[in-house]
Amino acid sequence: MPQLEKTILEVQDLSIAYPITIGVVRAVEGVSFTLDDGEALGLVGESGCGKSTLGLSILKLHRPPGRVTGGKILYRGTDILSMSDRALLKMRGQNISMIFQNPLTSLNPLFTVEKHFLETIHFHDASMPRERARAAVGKMLETLGIEKKRLKEYPHQLSGGMRQRIMIGLALIMNPDIIIADEPTTSLDVIVEAGFTDLLMSLRSIYKLSIILITHNLGLVAEIADRIAVMYAGRLMEVATTEEIFAHPLHPYTQGLIACVPNILVDQKELVTMPGSPPDLVDRPAGCPFAPRCPQVIPICRQKTPALIQHAPSHSAACWLYRQKEG
Amino acid sequence: MVAARFSPAGWIAALFRWTSSARRKYGGEWWLMVAGVVVIAFILTMTVFPHLFTRFDPNDQNAGSQMTAPSSSHIMGTDNLSRDVWARIVYGAQTILGVAIAAALLSAIIGIPLGLLSGFAGGVFDRILSLIMDSVYSFPGLILAIAFAAMLGPGVINITLAVAVVYIPTYFRLVRGQTLSIKEEVYVEAARAIGARRGTILGRYIFPNVIATVVVVLSLNIADAIMTEAALSYIGLGLPAGIPDWGMDLSMGKKFLPSGIWWMITFPGLMIMLLALGFTMLGEGLAEILNPRLLEK
Amino acid sequence: MVFVMLTLVFVVLRVMPGDPVSAMLGGHAPEKVIQQKKADLGLNKPIGMQYLDYMGKLAHLDLGESMIFKQKVSQPILEKLPATLELTFFGLLLSLGIGIPLGVFAARRRRSGRDYGARLYANVVYCIPVFWMGLLLQLVFGIFLGWFPIAGRTSPRVEVSAFSKTGFYIVDTLRIGNFAAFGDVMWHLVLPSVTLGIVLSGIFVRLTRANMLDVLKSDYILAARARGVPERRVVYNHGLRNALIPIVTMLGLQFALLLAGAILTESTFSWPGMGRLLLERIYLRDYPVIQGVIVVYTLFVSVISLVVDLLYAAIDPRVKY
Ligand SMILES: Nc1ncnc2c1ncn2[C@@H]1O[C@H](COP(=O)(O)OP(=O)(O)O)[C@@H](O)[C@H]1O
Ligand SMILES: [Mg+2]
Repeated sequence: MPQLEKTILEVQDLSIAYPITIGVVRAVEGVSFTLDDGEALGLVGESGCGKSTLGLSILKLHRPPGRVTGGKILYRGTDILSMSDRALLKMRGQNISMIFQNPLTSLNPLFTVEKHFLETIHFHDASMPRERARAAVGKMLETLGIEKKRLKEYPHQLSGGMRQRIMIGLALIMNPDIIIADEPTTSLDVIVEAGFTDLLMSLRSIYKLSIILITHNLGLVAEIADRIAVMYAGRLMEVATTEEIFAHPLHPYTQGLIACVPNILVDQKELVTMPGSPPDLVDRPAGCPFAPRCPQVIPICRQKTPALIQHAPSHSAACWLYRQKEG
Repeated sequence: MVAARFSPAGWIAALFRWTSSARRKYGGEWWLMVAGVVVIAFILTMTVFPHLFTRFDPNDQNAGSQMTAPSSSHIMGTDNLSRDVWARIVYGAQTILGVAIAAALLSAIIGIPLGLLSGFAGGVFDRILSLIMDSVYSFPGLILAIAFAAMLGPGVINITLAVAVVYIPTYFRLVRGQTLSIKEEVYVEAARAIGARRGTILGRYIFPNVIATVVVVLSLNIADAIMTEAALSYIGLGLPAGIPDWGMDLSMGKKFLPSGIWWMITFPGLMIMLLALGFTMLGEGLAEILNPRLLEK
Repeated sequence: MVFVMLTLVFVVLRVMPGDPVSAMLGGHAPEKVIQQKKADLGLNKPIGMQYLDYMGKLAHLDLGESMIFKQKVSQPILEKLPATLELTFFGLLLSLGIGIPLGVFAARRRRSGRDYGARLYANVVYCIPVFWMGLLLQLVFGIFLGWFPIAGRTSPRVEVSAFSKTGFYIVDTLRIGNFAAFGDVMWHLVLPSVTLGIVLSGIFVRLTRANMLDVLKSDYILAARARGVPERRVVYNHGLRNALIPIVTMLGLQFALLLAGAILTESTFSWPGMGRLLLERIYLRDYPVIQGVIVVYTLFVSVISLVVDLLYAAIDPRVKY
């Protein structure tokens, strides 16, 4: 079914590197995926595997000294990476928005809530009269379930959950198509997290959003995402629909990840963790990055890097185990 | 192999390895430090072997004729008393470098133990001492030095004391702050649990931690002390006549400035700046290498 | 704090070795004259009593009388204070005007050529002795080019008594609308305040750069960019305003440096301010005036730290009054 819908974002063979004094950190390597209109894609992987770098690069906002060393990011057919600065400013917030991990530090402590909103509106639509802008902000607060009087308050006067809701409001105020949420619930407590999930789901239908949800929380993606992309050491290991990933994970890394999630159905006594730790992204050896930790490793894994190959209509994996006949 | 580690050649090889790895790691900061060291080494050589740098005596009033512009015989010209400007610079280096280093060391020697004690002891003693030190710290240093110099009268020892007073609070505050934070750290707790005496904790655990920071601050401090010494002698409070000194030469040159005698002020001032810059670069380079967060505060 | 500083001033000036009276009268004055003079000045009382006297008088803003001239200590101080304030005001303005933009400029591209350039400027300028900077500017712009005067607050042809009222010449000349005199006053201010401004700008470059680097790393900067806020606005409205908070808290300390620099500038440019008064009276050994000047500097520093606290509270909504 997803193939029939229109592709809104397409990332092609994207690589991003941070040249630092001791070498080059290859944070994203040859990543390709697509996002369809109205779809929610989950991007999962351990901390440090390049998820945030990938997410930020979609807004061309990867932190210095990061550099795109290859690939394209097509938004409705135009390459974001070769857009002019002006076009980028317009695109950010109006076509693609982002919300971040830490709502406590993502709002400017010297600006009132209202100022954040009015500023955003002003820079996208300078001609909009102040009254209309205020009305739009008021409506947004209603949707978010925040009292109007909070507009005049500063971030330090608000609770964490409220700040996260304001962040979402800011991201949506210009009515974008895509929202990238980078670990949006990591710093919230469980109850607030549940509320956040509900809010995101309802906003998704109101605003007809496509979502890229970056997280290491498999429970959260299972709840929200239609499709899941599993990332490891800068590469995509497996991409499939949510049901497929949980029902038939192909890649040993994905299998490991799922085994690590405490399962409430199976009576699990111990928390399973994968042995070993992710590789250093500086000067990495050839071959599959997961090979050193992989329980099913075969010789070729250490020599050549497997490409992401489609194995079923909506299921791709980058693993030699399933390509032996060709390899 | 083991023997080689203790031979001079082994040491030099180790030093070389360390410097080349440091250079790769710290880039710009490394060169900053090297530049500082070169400047300091040059001027230090000048103080130790002044006769290698000039054949003139700094007080020789017959070195040439009066106030001649730089030429091949007097590379920096002569002053109003016919003395050679370069010779006065060469011999003046002893004064300023001596006073600045002695003053910085003196304030470190007084400020560090006070800071250690105050931070470690706490209580009323700490409160009172901190209050005094904070007050001195927030007071304009030069005015303090002027007051002291005026009270003590001219003299090399007196000017050193006057400069030293200004910087005691710097060390005190630094060391006290670090002592307080290190004191809480686990290993000191552990040492106390084992029953180490207070003296042992101070000497063995806290002091070594503080020393890296102190080295950086000492270097930056000498740079500051150089300028304070020069300022004091420039306004005529520092030194008795007869001792060659860059600051005094500058105030002498100031009198003849309206007649366009540029060389009497240009060169001594340049030397003050270079020397201060040398220590600043050394300090900043060291800071970046020993602890990158230090300077960003 | 003020109290501690004032006590310190007393200790430094009274308890230190050296006897002001015999120093003033010269070594050969008869013992009786010395004793008489000491009694006049209250210096024969026990030190504790002297301290109480001193503090008591200070509480009434009474700084005593000069030992040399028949005048109250406050008289020359009030005469000279405006000159120092005018100089420090423009010096501070210039150093902030140079230092903050340059610091921002450097922080926007860390470890780039312009960052190293700005840092080099900051270090070199910080290491230039104020008085040497003044002398060089005098030499080039005063002597060789002849563009600016190198001494005093006004030209001899300008009749100061015609406008002087508050002692702030800028205010005075504007008040009576004497623009020729105003121009002359400003013209004399150029070299001294540029001297002070440049030398102090180095510190502000460093402070601004370090704080901007910290602030530009914060999440709200990234979040603002992600909302499509233009770079200039991100750097100045989001970045600089936040970076100013730590800069403002350190302004008090920088002010101490400014005052010290002003003393040397005044001495170099024959600027009739507090610094020159202090040095003159040190040569004359006029102890009450020396003490008075230092007390005024102390009060000055304290007032500034109070102003800084208020400013801080005004900028940062998280601080409650
Ligand atoms: N600004 C930066 N400079 C240098 N290296 C960076 C920078 N940001 C991230 N990295 C490196 O890139 C890799 C990926 O980081 P990131 O994208 O933040 O991962 P994730 O979001 O999955 O935790 C990490 O190894 C990290 O150390
Ligand atoms: Mg991340």
